[in-house]
Formats: sequence, C-alpha cells, structure tokens
Amino acid sequence: MSSGGTVQSLRGLLSRLGSVRPAEGTRPDAGSRAEPKDGAIITSKGLQQFLSHLGTRSAPILLDLGPVVGSNITFFGEQLNCKFMVEDLFADLERHLRERSPEELPAWLSKRLTLDAGTVDGVLLWDLYDYLDRPAAQALATALVRLLRPDGALLGFFGNANHAGSGPTTFMVLDGSHVRQRPRASVLVRRASLQNRDIIKMFDGLRVSDAFLLQTGRREMLFRKGGGGRPIT
Amino acid sequence: MWRRGEVVRPPDSGREVTGAVAPGTPGLASVPRVHAPETEAKRTMDKDVVNIGKSVVIKGELSGSEDLVIEGTVDGKVELSEHVLTVGSHGKLKAEVFAKIVIVLGEVVGNITASEKVDIRDSGSVDGDIVSPRVAIAEGAHLRGSVDMQKKPAAPVVPVQAAKPEVKLAPLPAATPGPGGQRIAAG
Repeated sequence: MSSGGTVQSLRGLLSRLGSVRPAEGTRPDAGSRAEPKDGAIITSKGLQQFLSHLGTRSAPILLDLGPVVGSNITFFGEQLNCKFMVEDLFADLERHLRERSPEELPAWLSKRLTLDAGTVDGVLLWDLYDYLDRPAAQALATALVRLLRPDGALLGFFGNANHAGSGPTTFMVLDGSHVRQRPRASVLVRRASLQNRDIIKMFDGLRVSDAFLLQTGRREMLFRKGGGGRPIT
Repeated sequence: MWRRGEVVRPPDSGREVTGAVAPGTPGLASVPRVHAPETEAKRTMDKDVVNIGKSVVIKGELSGSEDLVIEGTVDGKVELSEHVLTVGSHGKLKAEVFAKIVIVLGEVVGNITASEKVDIRDSGSVDGDIVSPRVAIAEGAHLRGSVDMQKKPAAPVVPVQAAKPEVKLAPLPAATPGPGGQRIAAG
C-alpha cells in the first residue's frame, strides 16, 4: 500500500474511533458527515443567538474577520443598525505565510488588530481557527478578548478531524438563522481541529454562552465577555 | 522590459492639474452623455457626465454639481453632494469622497461618505471607512475598513399648534404649601 493510502486509511480509522471528543448532545454519526457541497445552506442557531444578543444594543460595532461579503454587510447593517468593520484575516494569513515564516505569526497576529480595547460589541470569527496553529490561535484569542466590550459576543465555527485538509469556506448569511457555505480557492489548508476545552481555555476571559453541533460536524460556539453565560468548568 | 500588470500610459501621461478644480472646467474632458455603468445608466441618461481621463492627475479639491466619472488619478478630496461619482476601472483616488452615490470599479484609498448608496463592483477596491445608508459590495471586491449604515435618528416631531399668545408666568416661590398644608420642596 502506498504511503498516501496508509495515511488515508489511518485517518478514516481514527475518525471512526472518535478521535475528536464530541460536543454535548452529539449524535454518534454526526462527526462523520461530509462537508456541505458548494452553496449548501446550514441552519445556524449560534447566529440566531448572536443576533438576539446584539439586537438589544443601540448601534453596536461589529468586527468581521472573514473575507468581504457584501450581502453580510447589508444584512448586519439592516438587522443591527451597526457599524461593520471588515478585517480579512484570511487574506492577511495567506499573505503572511507567503512572505514570512510561520514562527512570526503569533507575534504578528497579536499586533494586527489595532482597535482600542473594549470597543467592539461583536466578533464574527467564522472558521478562522481551523487554519491557525495553537500559538497563533492563542495570540489572536488574547487580542480579541481585549477588544470586546463587557457583555460583547464572539461567534466562531470550529471543524473536526474530518474537515482536516479542506480549504476555507465563505459564509454568506441568508437570514437570521441560515448561512450558505461556499468553498473558495485558497492556499490555506485546514489543520487538525481543536478540542472544546482547548478553545475555551484560549478565550480566557470569555464565557461560553451557547454551543451547537451542526450536522456537518462543525461546532458553533458563542462566547460572551462577562455577563450571565455558562461558567467555564 | 514590459511587465505584466504595468499600465501602458499614453504619451501625455502625467499631465497634472493642481489646486481646486470643478468638473466642467475647460481643459478637462467634458463629455456629454457618457454613460455610467449599467445600473446608473437610466439615471444619467438626461444628464451630462464629466469624464476625467486616464492620463489626468489631479491634486487638490474636486467639487461640482454634475455626475462625474474618474478614470484618472485624484489625490485630495472629491465632493459631489447631490451627484453620482463613478471611479472607473482605471481610476485611482487617494481622497476623502463625499457624494450622493459612489460607484467604485477602480481603487479608492480614503473614506467615502454617500448620502444614498455606495456600490463597490467586483473589480473595485476600497481602503477606508464607508458611511452610507445603503452599501452593495460585489463578490471579489476588496474592502478594508468599516461600513457604517446606521440610520440617523429621526428628528423629533414637534406638533404644530396654532400660535398662542405667550403668557409669562410670575416665578413660583421656592416652596409652596401642599393641599394638606404640608410643605413641598420645589424641584
């Protein structure tokens, strides 16, 4: 058997053995489901919660770390009457990996967001963390926790081992609870997934308000800064 | 050596106009009935549109009262409060922009404020903050900055009443006796 075939079969075996600890309420087969095809629509409860949380604020400031999607800007602008800030870290990450060494990434990420501390009401992280190694993910988490206002919210999607090796997707918000996922061309490759407990530890200073497992095996996590979320255990 | 992506400039490339320039100024390409991109075509049908050509470089403030298409380079400020500004696919603005509608097919570095709409097409690039009630960004467009679509709070409605003669009241004493004879502190 070729080495590629061996790797494939080992990966399949590991996924069947449940190498990724499932989130609460996980169905046994949920993790093995395939990523949605081009343009597949997913139901996002995390987005619902995110919107309802920020909807109580007047003119919130929203930070989107994904690529620019015009319909998302229009949607959030109309729904939340917010100021929408776009910082495409995916593009920056690609550029950084082309031009500099990966070892420099954590230091670069910790300085990348230059907004004042406590000025952002909501952060859309999308699936950015699937493309960062741990030191880089930790550096970015620390920066994001600093940026959030008290009771601010952060919404992130986290893949599992089955998603490893695939490229990034663009999330297009269709309405308050539906998102279209579209794969896009990128040099970024998804890394091994993070465990829930590791994610929670990274965002020290935030509380997990809600966590959902999507049918695709992706986890949606909504964090809040302070407030009445679920305490970290 | 010819390099891919390098713009081939016409012989008069680099013509520079310095200072405040108003569209329609003699010397600038004033082209009647030049159509803006499709969606605005109807709007501009009956209007004159000033076109700043690829080879024109303007440094300073640009203001006017008609629609404008910029295919050249502008460094400074562009103000078309009641009109449509189109930054053509060759246009490069390093400027603060104020207009009714801004359509971007080229590059803008600077903040854009539009009273009606900002439309960034797939070839467009904006590096700056946008303030506009409506924003459309095509797939493939580049934006780095914030988008503020906040609806301004409506002005408080003051009920219109028939004019009444103004009656001046005598100032109240600091404290007055209450109904039961108790003293009620003023304020």
